[in-house]
Formats: sequence, structure tokens, C-alpha cells
Amino acid sequence: MHNVVNVVFAGLGGQGVLKASDILAELVFEARLDVKKSEVHGMSQRGGSVSSDVRYGSKVASPMVPEGEADFLVVLDETQVSVNEMRLKKNGCLISPSMIATDKLENPKTVNVALLGALSTKLEFSEEAWLEVIRKILPEKIHAVNEHAFKLGKETLK
Amino acid sequence: MFEKLLLSGDEAVAQASLDCGVKMGVGYPGTPSTEILEHFSALGGHAQWAPNEKVALEVGIGSAFANARTLVTMKHVGLNVAADPLFTVAYTGTEGGLVILTADDPGMASSQNEQDNRNYAVAAGLPMFEPSDSQETYDLLIKAFEISEKWKIPVIFRMTTRVCHSKCIVEHHTKPGAKTQPFFKRDVKTKVMVPAFARSAHRALRGKLAELAQFNESSDGLVTEFKRDHHVGIISSGISVQHSLEADHEASVLQLKMTYPLPLERIAKFAAEVERCIVIEEGDPWLENQLRAAGIKIEGKPEMYRFGELNVTRVRRILTGDVSPETVAPAGKPPQLCIGCPHRKAFETLRDLDCIVSGDIGCYTLGVMAPFNAMDTCVCMGASIGVALGMRQVLPEEQARRVVSVIGDSTFMHSGLTGIADMVYNRPPTGHVVLILDNHTTAMTGLQEHAATGRSLDHTPAPQIAIENVIKAMGVDNVDICDPTKDSNAFEALLKQRLASNDVSVIIARRPCILALAKIKQYEKNNQGCQ
Repeated sequence: MHNVVNVVFAGLGGQGVLKASDILAELVFEARLDVKKSEVHGMSQRGGSVSSDVRYGSKVASPMVPEGEADFLVVLDETQVSVNEMRLKKNGCLISPSMIATDKLENPKTVNVALLGALSTKLEFSEEAWLEVIRKILPEKIHAVNEHAFKLGKETLK
Repeated sequence: MFEKLLLSGDEAVAQASLDCGVKMGVGYPGTPSTEILEHFSALGGHAQWAPNEKVALEVGIGSAFANARTLVTMKHVGLNVAADPLFTVAYTGTEGGLVILTADDPGMASSQNEQDNRNYAVAAGLPMFEPSDSQETYDLLIKAFEISEKWKIPVIFRMTTRVCHSKCIVEHHTKPGAKTQPFFKRDVKTKVMVPAFARSAHRALRGKLAELAQFNESSDGLVTEFKRDHHVGIISSGISVQHSLEADHEASVLQLKMTYPLPLERIAKFAAEVERCIVIEEGDPWLENQLRAAGIKIEGKPEMYRFGELNVTRVRRILTGDVSPETVAPAGKPPQLCIGCPHRKAFETLRDLDCIVSGDIGCYTLGVMAPFNAMDTCVCMGASIGVALGMRQVLPEEQARRVVSVIGDSTFMHSGLTGIADMVYNRPPTGHVVLILDNHTTAMTGLQEHAATGRSLDHTPAPQIAIENVIKAMGVDNVDICDPTKDSNAFEALLKQRLASNDVSVIIARRPCILALAKIKQYEKNNQGCQ
């Protein structure tokens, strides 16, 4: 039995929150685990707060991470940390831009993938598996810049 | 052959439609249903946007009358627009399978109300399916078509935001289903609903529903029982099933997949086998009321859980009877009109002129937010015009002169034309001004095409309706086209002039949506290439 792992992504519309959760969900799917991913979009696309939940394990029921049960909270914008903190379980792991060297990113838009790099140090999947999914989901012309971001996030996580 | 995919509920509908030979997909964009037809089209299915949900359902009825499997999609409030044909197609039935998909939005992630469309199944007398995840969505949609064809009855397929927009693993057939050959067979007694024929059609409908209730009692796959402890039993449907399974690992769960007409005998048996039986459902106490009416001993949820979505935490609270105040999540950042949005200047002017703004449904409803504070009413699609005309008719002149209708281009094509007819016909004493914010797209739902963009659902070229020509032909006194972003002074001067006169006027503020600009250029480039 693989216990259910709960990951919440949060940020602002346009930052790539949903893309980041798509990448994790696809990675887990490729690893042949059960996975559910939930998001709410619509009005939130217009620059408002956005969040997306990914849950995986041997069997997942609800697609939403219950309140205060997130193992990992990945926040793409520091202003959204306080808004989402309550979703994290006691001793859960917060990952936010201030914890990695965002000033060294080739393109600030890749912060979502950089944070996935940081997250990858806490999860069981190989770097090659992550990069393969990133290449599958993102368009080819931005592969290099995102691979750089992923490795930067992975190596500079404080 | 089977293949596993990671699909959202919306994508699962599209995949199932392709795999079971749907020949026509038709709808109007509305969160959370929009992606269904886009995905169906991308997979190679035939999909088209109708100007509104009523027309979508009528097109769907015609296609199903002609023996083609047909999927009609809309958000919950869209079914209000389509309710007129809905109630009578229940009587006529169709030759080809007809599935009417309504995507409800409990919690109102992106809607003006949280109506519970399960009520339509009872009101119209139509069988209804409620999937709880993407795999069930896939399997049940195919089942819904089979039942629709077997009983010659349209089926309501009710999804909710969480089911539409959650991704789960789906196993699907890799061989697309064969499409049936369309034909039309004359049968006036079942297809022409004059009173003499409709009386027997109503009786026929009730007969079909009685058979379907029996089918639901005995059929495999429409009811799933998770037999666990006998102390607590949960009766549930849709997404609430998934929350329930997780909220209490001990409780037995009876999942209903076809929730109208209900398998009351099966439910009564389940309820009798557990010590405490509780209904877990989002929205109205819909199942609860039906089961109570049938004399089945169950508990419902406290009224506070009627509002908003359920989740695992809330289901746990319902199970323990906890009615203490819930923790309120801190407010996030609200959405706003994009920087560079062409509507911004228009709303600044409306604010500065202290207009009474009768608003409408779309991104531009965000004109209500600071710094614009330039919207006073918003009810439903197209209401900006009718509501404003009502105000103009009764308000004292000083206030009446400040009333302006604000409506987007897609919403105008959806239900603005009849409002203009009323403006011309029942002319208010002070005249009126309708401002059409034309950004060349259905922006709110994610940049869909419509009848006035000149492109089809798949963005290939289509005939384009010129809104200004239609309005002129209807007899409006003044029709002006301007761009407030380019020249806000000219826009303000024009608006002042129209408001001061007793004319009925339309001003079209035309400039593409900032998010759509690059895409529109790309479509135009692609379309030139293929001509």
C-alpha cells in the first residue's frame, strides 16, 4: 500500500500554478500510481488567487486535499503563503520562491518549474522522470530554459 | 483494446463521445462545461457553438430526431435558457440518443447562482446520471446514450465543477464507435406536440419513467454498494460519494449513478440494513426529500451545508452532526480586469459620468470592482438591456437619463437581440443607451468563438454576423462604433451626447481582448494559408 500523498499548489492567475500541478499529476500517472488532480478556474484566471491539488497513492478517493492535510504546499507567490498556510498539515513542508535562488532564473516565468525542482528533492521520482514529463507537457522551444529552472530549484533549495 | 489516460471529467465526456459515435456536439460556452466541445473537436468530432443554450438544444433535438447520437453541453444556468425545449422534448423523445449535459457549480467558482439542476430531472421527467469521477463519466456517458436510444428518451447528464475539472485515470476503448446513419421518419403523433398528441405523449413519458425506475432497481452498474460497517450507512451520488468514502472508512456507502428515477426498493433495503442512514449530497436536500417522501428512514444534512461545495472535512462534520461555525479560509486575491483590457477605459468613463450601469455576464462584470465601481446590477445573460429598460420606464427623468446597459459581444449574440427589439418597440420616454463591449471573443470562459467573430469553434473561417448591421436593421436611432482605449475623450463626448437625447442608441466599443490578440492573429494567419 502506498499512502496518499497530498500536494497543494497555489499562486496567482497566469503564474503557471495549473501547469505545475499538471506536470506532477502526469509524472505520478506515468509511475503507475493512482492520482487525482483538482483545480478551480474561471474567474480565477483574471489575476486572482489560484490553487490546485494533486493527490496520489495506491488509491485516491476525493480529488481535494482535506483542510490541514497537505504534506506539501508549493506557493508560487510569497503573498499567497499566508492565504494557504492553513492547508498544510502539522510539520508539513512549505516550498516558496524565497527558498530558492530565483535571481538566477533565466526567465522569471519558469518559477513554477523551479519550485517543482525544489519539490523533487522531497519526492520519490528520478530527475530523468521529471524532465521527461516536463518535456512532454511544455512546448519544445521552452524546454532548455525550464530544464535549467528545474535544476536550479533542485540545487538551491534552502 | 483499452488504453489508460489521465483525463479531466470534461475530457472524459469528449473521449466517450468520440468512442461511442456521437455525430453532433453542440452547446454554448460556460464554466465548467466549456472544454468538453473544444476537446471533442480536437479529437476529431463534429462540434459547434450555438448562439445560446436554447438554440443549442433545438439543434441537438433536430439532429437526434434524425437518428444521430447527439451531445448538448451547457453550464447549469444555461439549462434555464434551454428549459423550453427541454420540457417538451421529454414528451417527443428522439430516435438517436440525446444527452443533455448540465455542469452545475456548487460554491459558485464562476457563476451567478448555485442552482441545483437535479430539480430539472423531476420537473421535466427525464432520467438523470451523476458521475463521481472521470472514469465514471466515461462509462456512464456511453450508458446514457444506450438508455436514451433504448427508451427513446433524452437523458440529463449532471456534472459539477469538481467532476468537470478534476483529472483522474480513465481506461477507454481505443476503437472509435461507428456512427449511425441519419434519416428522418415521419411520425407526427410523437413529434408534433399539439394538445391532442401531447396528451398521449405525456402518458407515454410516465410509462417510460416507470420502466426506467424498474431498470434502475435491477441493473448492474447503476448502483454501487461499498459494504463496510453496518453501524453507519451513507447514501450519496456524484462527487459527494468520493468525499464520503474517505470521510469515514468504516461506513457503508450506497452510490447512486442514475439518480432519477430512483431505485427506491434498493435504497430502502440498504437503509434497513444499517443502524443509522444518512444522505450526503451537495446543494438542495434533493435526495433527502425524495427518500423521505418514499417513507425511507434517513437523516439529511444541517441547512448550513446546503451552501457551497462539500469536501471530506465538511462530510465528516455532517456525519458527526457538527453545526459549529466553520473556519473561514483567508480571502485570496480577487480577480480583476486584465491590465490592457479594452473594457477598462469604458468603465472609467461610466464611473466618471455617474451612470447607473445595468451590467451583464462576462469578464466585464468585474467592472463592479474598484477602482471602477461601475456596475449596479447583474442578473443573467442578456438582462443588461431588459433590466435597464424597466428602470428607464419608471425612474424620474434625472435618474432615468443616467441608465446605461453594458453587454459583451458574445452575450449580445446569446440574448441581447430581443432586448434591442423591446427598446425599439417599447421606447422609454428618455430613450436609452446600450454599450456593447465588443472584444471579438467569449473571453470569460477562455476565448471561444461566436457568431460575430467570423470563425467556427475550431477557429477556421465562418460567416460573420455584423452586429452593427443587425442593430441598424432593427430600427435603433443611432449606432456608433468607437474605441475608448484609443480615444477616451471622443467616447466620453459621444456617451454624454447620447445620454442627453431622447434617442434609443447603441454604442459599440470595439477592440480585441488583450488575451485573445495574439491568438486571433495566429488564426487569421492559419486561415489565410488554407484559403
